[in-house]
Amino acid sequence: MVDRREFIKKAASILSGFGGLSLLQQSGLAAAAGAEESTVIDALPNKGAMIKKTYRPPNYETPVNYFDAPFTPNNLFFVRYHNAVIPEVKTAEWRLRIGGDAINTPLELTLEQLRKDFKPVEIAALCLCSGNRRGLFQPPVPGVQWGSGAMGNARWRGVRLKDVLAGAGIEKSALEVSLDGADSGVLKITPDFVKSLPLAKALDENTLIAFEMNGEPLPHWNGFPARLIIPGWTATYWMKHLTAVNVISRPFDGYWMKTAYRIPKASFPSGRFSSQETGTAMPITEMVVNSLITNLVDGQTLPAAKSMEIKGVAWDSGNGIAQVEVSTDGGVSWYQATLKQDYGRFSWRQWHHVFEPKHLGEYRIIARATSHSGASQPLEPIPNPSGYHHNAVQKITIQLA
Amino acid sequence: MRTLLLLLSFFAVAATAGENQILLKDRPGKNQVVGQCAICHSLDYITMNTKIQDRAGWEKTVDKMINVMGAPIDDADKQIIIDYLAQNYGK
Repeated sequence: MVDRREFIKKAASILSGFGGLSLLQQSGLAAAAGAEESTVIDALPNKGAMIKKTYRPPNYETPVNYFDAPFTPNNLFFVRYHNAVIPEVKTAEWRLRIGGDAINTPLELTLEQLRKDFKPVEIAALCLCSGNRRGLFQPPVPGVQWGSGAMGNARWRGVRLKDVLAGAGIEKSALEVSLDGADSGVLKITPDFVKSLPLAKALDENTLIAFEMNGEPLPHWNGFPARLIIPGWTATYWMKHLTAVNVISRPFDGYWMKTAYRIPKASFPSGRFSSQETGTAMPITEMVVNSLITNLVDGQTLPAAKSMEIKGVAWDSGNGIAQVEVSTDGGVSWYQATLKQDYGRFSWRQWHHVFEPKHLGEYRIIARATSHSGASQPLEPIPNPSGYHHNAVQKITIQLA
Repeated sequence: MRTLLLLLSFFAVAATAGENQILLKDRPGKNQVVGQCAICHSLDYITMNTKIQDRAGWEKTVDKMINVMGAPIDDADKQIIIDYLAQNYGK
């Protein structure tokens, strides 16, 4: 086995060989608005070198330059946990329990049964942490100070949750579907990470129990052997190491629904979750329209060339991206970027724009995505107490020399 | 009980060794912070949130750790921990 420290050193030297490390460091620094800590590059076992936010529980983000590919490599896919006890699940011992007070016949399924007894489905979908870019909010918001890398696009293969639940018989009283994974807190008393979905979302044809991403089994750190995929909704519902699905007749009232991952109702145009709403607050649900420039870094100086390319990705909750506009003069004039291959409405959409620089010096680059619903990105992020849904347009200044 | 908890925390640390390199500021209260907070999480949760919260903010965080997450921190240690965080990692 390669010594861990040696591996990281190697990974770092490979990255710097491609000019990647400086990009890494800059994007990491840009992310850490209020923090004194400099960027730490580290690799979890069987993962590549990523930007470490916290060691335990592990929270690691993907360096933005890897988002130039349509699908994010499994070994560089972001890692996000709330609790530190994360057992390595053995396939032979793993069981998925279907139950709850609104289920007629509780079931226990092996991975083999899930694979064999239900129709396989594959969906390309973006997995995006609710708090991605929290570190860019001003004033800063406490929490994991994510930069732009707590997301990744993958092809998820599995079976429909609705097909699995049909075998257990859903009763008329069903209201929500709660989800639990194998991870837990160090102390027994710490609230287990349990989430719930409205029944209709759980039964949506795009909601999957996935065992594969990008043609391979899920990596341990991304939910092996099975996780939930809720295309269009933020990753907080995409339960990793899924062990229990309960169909219930009352609103689930655990900490991670009732208190955490909530947004002010009036601030965002959001998918509803009526059984979990109060007069003023609701759970975060759908992603908002957003985009990211992936090949340039704020403050970068580049050698002038006859033509320059600006590349990036854009996404929303599943309406699909209608257009991405790019400005190179701080928003005075705008150009249509070219949208690349469409992998489906839940995938992010790659885009690029080529421009011919007319002068040396400063270029203020902005990208702005608009979805098929007509929604587009605001100039400033919408403030909210937990720093979710940062979807302000990026403003990057580069120098051509 | 505390020894058991510390043992538990070292067990969890073993999975992600890099956290031993996180150095908190060497000021009064550090022992209580390391002893209590690191039971459940690495100390970069603190350094990552440097200068983001004022005293009231850190107090809220410590209250959450005790009342929601179940951190077994008594009142005396609680005050020491809040003081340490506010003075060394507050805004």
